[in-house]
Amino acid sequence: MRKTLPPTVRILRSARPWFIALSLLLALLLDLLPTRQWVFMPDWVMLTLCFWSMREWRIFGMGYAFLLGLIMDVANGAALGQHALAYVLLHYAAARLSRRILQFPLKQQSLHVLPLFLGVTAIQIVIRLMAGSDFPGWREFISPLMASLLWLPVAFLLIAPQYRPDERDDTRPI
Amino acid sequence: MSALDQTPPPFFRRGPAPLAILIFYSALSVALFVLDMRFHALDLLRQGVSIVTDPLQRLAQLPLRLASEGTDYFRAINALREDNRAHQAARLRAAPDLARLAQLEAENAHLRRLLALRERDQVNGQAASILYAARDPFSRRVYLDKGMQHGLRQGQPVIDDAGIVGQVTQVFPFSAEVTLLTDKDQAVPVQILRTGQRSVTFGLGNGQMELRHMPVNADVAVGDELVTSGLDGIYPSGFPVAKVTQVERDSAYAFARIIVVPSAAVESHGMVMALDYRPETQPRPPETKEAAGQDAPPVRQRSRVRRAAAP
Repeated sequence: MRKTLPPTVRILRSARPWFIALSLLLALLLDLLPTRQWVFMPDWVMLTLCFWSMREWRIFGMGYAFLLGLIMDVANGAALGQHALAYVLLHYAAARLSRRILQFPLKQQSLHVLPLFLGVTAIQIVIRLMAGSDFPGWREFISPLMASLLWLPVAFLLIAPQYRPDERDDTRPI
Repeated sequence: MSALDQTPPPFFRRGPAPLAILIFYSALSVALFVLDMRFHALDLLRQGVSIVTDPLQRLAQLPLRLASEGTDYFRAINALREDNRAHQAARLRAAPDLARLAQLEAENAHLRRLLALRERDQVNGQAASILYAARDPFSRRVYLDKGMQHGLRQGQPVIDDAGIVGQVTQVFPFSAEVTLLTDKDQAVPVQILRTGQRSVTFGLGNGQMELRHMPVNADVAVGDELVTSGLDGIYPSGFPVAKVTQVERDSAYAFARIIVVPSAAVESHGMVMALDYRPETQPRPPETKEAAGQDAPPVRQRSRVRRAAAP
């Protein structure tokens, strides 16, 4: 009997830089939609950024996380550096923990990224409280919960292009 | 020793350690944060980044706008017909008043001259529509679709058809940020219409405002209307600001707790107008003979009305 790899372990193609850029741009557009009044709306940029900094931290460096944070700060009218700091710390944590988290199937990964997302929200709230703002209420923590629920579909979508096999085969359905 | 002096071969070049990069970027973020929140020194950087984010924002608004305009188009004809009829009726009803308006204005001007009052400044404005509300949960701000290119500048008051909405606090090349009346600690000098008493409202950050520093026995009642007093030189006088909804008098405190709600539709989207109001401010009278020479004109801080503290 032939020994094969377990079905969950597959050898992936490398991610393409233009696909990373495109996914981040789409996430940014989703974040810029006028959805402020919906508390359950996740921070799409945070979600995508967490995915890429976990998978591809060698090409998707911390500088990009910082730049995205600055863009989010300006676009959302937040204090400059508020998102930037949170995203940089998220990038570091995700890249450090990637060895462990990526061992798990996607469903369990979403439990592992939940503390990261909660941390991003908490950092932003703490830094604004230090600057003298009021506490915006616990409702703010609904959005990271939602983000971790969405981890499974989003991560699946983002990883899908890398599942494509290397050789062309016209008889294969996908 | 000589073996240790050699650098390793460049097979596994990895750049600086991740922790070093993390510390560098964190320090940079915190520095930006402090510069922005405390010194408001980064407006240029904001304007630069906004050149990138502005097109993205418009792109993100596009599907929504298309959808609403599409439905508008199909509803438009009937609605226009109705409108037309209503307007004609309204014009007929207003005709007698209009005819008398010129005479009233002349009479008013004459009376004012008699009273030796300066004529109230003619205020021009520029209409703009609200693009979207900021996602930031800590502040109450909206963004307009007009900016530096259309002549907007910092500090302009913004009104809608029912009263004051807020104040322009940041101007970008093609958009502008408006801090709403209800933003935390946003101050507007007001006057109670019924009694003429001057005071200042402060935003509470939850959609309401507060009339601070009013003594417990002050003559304020639920339903009183507040209008701008015009003392700050930023808001022209006489615009409706808010209505008193709650008055708590507790003799344990020196001041009454007075909650007011804005008259304008501050928290909903729509069309607004940025007023171009530039009164000639008189120089402050020197307080002492020595300080007379160094008295600089008061500096206007971003999003705060500084001189308004004393009623």
